[in-house]
Amino acid sequence: MPKDHGIGASPKRREDVRFLTGAGNYTDDINVNGQAYVHFLRSDVAHAKINGIDTSAAEAMPGVVRIFTGADFEGVGGMPCGWGVTDRHGEPMQEPPHPILAQGKVRHVGDPIAAVIADTYEQARDAAEAIEVDLDDLPAVVDMKAALADGATKVHDDLTSNLCYDWVLGETDDAAVQAAFDSAAHVTTLELVNQRLVANPMEPRVAVGDYNRGTDEHTLYTTSQNPHVIRLLMCAFVLGLPEHKVRVVAPDVGGGFGTKIFHYAEEAFVTFAAKAINRPVKWTASRSEAFMSDAQGRDHVTRIELALDASNNFTALRTNTLANMGAYLSTFSSSVPTWLHGTLMAGNYKTPTIQVNVKAVFTNTVPVDAYRGAGRPEATFQIERVIDKAARELGVDPVALRRQNFITEFPYDTPVALTYDTGDYHGTMDKLEAAADFAGFAARRAASEAKGKLRGLGVNCYIEACGIAPSNIVGMLGARAGLYDAATVRVNATGSISVMVGAHSHGQGHETAFPQVVADMIGIDESMIEIVHGDTSKIPFGMGTYGSRSLAVCGSAMVKATEKVIAKAKKIAAHLLEASDADIELKDGVFSVAGTDKSVAWGDVTLTAYVPHNFPLEEVEPGLEETAFYDPANFTFPAGAYACEVEVDPETGKVTIERFAAADDFGNIINPMIVDGQVHGGIGQGIGQALLENCVYDADGQLMTGSYMDYAMPRADDVPFYTVDHSSQTPCTHNPLGVKGCGEAGAIGSPPAVVNAVIDALQSGGKNVDHIDMPVSPSRVWSAMNA
Amino acid sequence: MTQVSMTVNGKSASGTVEGRTLLSQFLRDQLGLTGTHVGCDTSQCGACVVHVNGEAVKACTMLALEADGAEVGTIEGQANADGSLNVIQQAFQDHHGLQCGFCTPGMVMSAAALLKDNPTPTEAEIRDYLEGNICRCTGYHNIVKAIMAASGQDVSGIAAE
Ligand code: FES
Ligand code: FES
Repeated sequence: MPKDHGIGASPKRREDVRFLTGAGNYTDDINVNGQAYVHFLRSDVAHAKINGIDTSAAEAMPGVVRIFTGADFEGVGGMPCGWGVTDRHGEPMQEPPHPILAQGKVRHVGDPIAAVIADTYEQARDAAEAIEVDLDDLPAVVDMKAALADGATKVHDDLTSNLCYDWVLGETDDAAVQAAFDSAAHVTTLELVNQRLVANPMEPRVAVGDYNRGTDEHTLYTTSQNPHVIRLLMCAFVLGLPEHKVRVVAPDVGGGFGTKIFHYAEEAFVTFAAKAINRPVKWTASRSEAFMSDAQGRDHVTRIELALDASNNFTALRTNTLANMGAYLSTFSSSVPTWLHGTLMAGNYKTPTIQVNVKAVFTNTVPVDAYRGAGRPEATFQIERVIDKAARELGVDPVALRRQNFITEFPYDTPVALTYDTGDYHGTMDKLEAAADFAGFAARRAASEAKGKLRGLGVNCYIEACGIAPSNIVGMLGARAGLYDAATVRVNATGSISVMVGAHSHGQGHETAFPQVVADMIGIDESMIEIVHGDTSKIPFGMGTYGSRSLAVCGSAMVKATEKVIAKAKKIAAHLLEASDADIELKDGVFSVAGTDKSVAWGDVTLTAYVPHNFPLEEVEPGLEETAFYDPANFTFPAGAYACEVEVDPETGKVTIERFAAADDFGNIINPMIVDGQVHGGIGQGIGQALLENCVYDADGQLMTGSYMDYAMPRADDVPFYTVDHSSQTPCTHNPLGVKGCGEAGAIGSPPAVVNAVIDALQSGGKNVDHIDMPVSPSRVWSAMNA
Repeated sequence: MTQVSMTVNGKSASGTVEGRTLLSQFLRDQLGLTGTHVGCDTSQCGACVVHVNGEAVKACTMLALEADGAEVGTIEGQANADGSLNVIQQAFQDHHGLQCGFCTPGMVMSAAALLKDNPTPTEAEIRDYLEGNICRCTGYHNIVKAIMAASGQDVSGIAAE
């Protein structure tokens, strides 16, 4: 029987009502009295020296308030990178400056050169066209291999080269790794590209800066996944403002997928400019602007080698990856190809020797940073493609090969720095085999073939590390931030509760799911609990929402704070009931003395806390509000197995997704409806990557895919209904809810399933094709078939 | 600047606009109807879909002046008279057809236009009709399911949880 309330139930989302009636409050819906509008003049070339900027004609245009250029930001901090990577020789990564507005050079299409503030947005845009920028074009650095060649043009003249870092993880002894390969019975090698993507949340970024001269206080409204992180970075590293004078509000946010984690120049700009011109300043990105200013994702080129012994056991894995950083280091860019990617190269398998080599490269392209999955999709794609290829070369069943090499004992220390606490990969694969109906595949293939189509079944596993933690470890690895989270549980006198959480909801349904937990713990109705998030002036502190961390990390803080509230409330109840607090039990919102019929209701205790006439003042303070900060002991490790069935039209190379099934182990689940939705959305994005999406620059660094006309977003008719099963549950062993996180799984687990299915289809048609890079477009499939 | 008047959600509305002012801008900036969203600048995403004289229209692709004298319906006018969610809105909530909510107004407005012409669309017809509405959050599964449910079809068999 599905539950109808509390943990494990699927109540309808309460946030939906406002979104369905047009009553949401997104950043662009916020207008501050007297606001001016800023338009950024952005570079339309990838690489050039700035000789001069003449703003005089533009300044005389109607409505223009002020024009800023890079010169106005001399002495102001640049955009910081939040993770320092140490290279294979123990040296720090190369870290170039990233000014708010370009200084000296422009380094990618979209690099902001000037900011025009005017009374209306149209005036600002018109005036920007009157700015004369004298540029000397420089050769653009686009291809990563070329960027690393001797004598390559440098993106940053002050760096020694375009190499950000050369990093290694796992077995650092090259000879030992080579020995493992030399003694292998079989080695499978694959070169592959994990193409650049654009995150494309449907809401473009917006920032509104407001400054109150009377109180010297700044307010920034911004489309962010983590308002406190923005405040900290902007105050401490960019503008040098005291945090207590700065409020950052991220109201309803229309999707994030990682790209709204980062601190962007436009946020710092509107905050700075609002004070400089003593007037609120608003910026709303157009989609075209988003394509050239939102941090992009993926963009790895990899050679992966898998060694197997004569019994088909994996014995060694070695990868060499080039990871594109773009022109500057976005906030968490450096951590993605390293600690969020290299550490996942063990996958679900017990491979004793692993060596991961990553070179991060600067190019004249838009900066690259975390996009849904962030490093883990890149890792999964490599492992799961190379295993499929190995199975084909060895003539064994790809699922059997995986099963044979599964990790089965937990905790498991991988050779790449992680300890998986729990999992059941065979059990999850069993769920997949049923959900995807492997047994019926042969008949479905025959039916497709009868229609002249090729049909393929692709399977893969994935593992991800979520709820990034703990702070002391990530600090040793280079994180310049803590990765805990915080919650305050404020009980009102009449018993209702406001829970102020550091997690930020931009589609994940926290306002519905989080109350389920607190309601369950106290035994009151969920409607008595309200979640407050997204405003630094309202919440204690918060690292925000990314990396599938909200429930595992912030939810744990909320549980801890609720436990403190209950402990205090029990003391008050004990006083009212003239008993010892050790004897007080809380059930269904009623405190009772164990073994007696004496009881007092939740509301009577909360009222007493605020009207403390009869109160144990010597022992307990009045009021009922508690805060907890929670720093996890380890990552969580959601894992799963996915299956995709495709049809390929041998005439055109067109691939259609016929069936898609996902079996995930997310540990305990608070709201199954929301979890399903998260998986659906991730699969949609993963199918987008596999079949459609590709962010392309030409050899001059021009962005060829700068709008939805050229960048193929998945549409409703590109995807099928998905079958999602999350009944395989091994609870996380180290957080109080036993939850693992579900936000990224779909995007991590789905691309290899699609590509494996396409290869399976082509092979079934007698085509000797062992790999096609994503997106597996009709032209690529057709070319591969006809090569 | 030119005066423009129209009926929006049954009430008369007017303002002064430039020739280049888009209907989406007029609704959002002048009438404060911020439920109509703008997700792109190439008429691709459908976050801005409204009804003009009963037809689904991308409000970012129509000048405010072109809507002079028209009957315009926006997401703010979709609920039942008593304020409760209409059938389509309710189906979106019941079937978790939205996550961040940004594409949602356009999806609901498009769905209404579809169901007006085709009261019981098939899955394929719905997917085809939504070609002009992009959602980045849901993978479309629950949107399609919600629209089928709103049209009275039994969706209990669709992809078990
Ligand atoms: S905003 Fe109208 S189609 Fe995108
Ligand atoms: S619900 Fe977020 S874009 Fe559709």
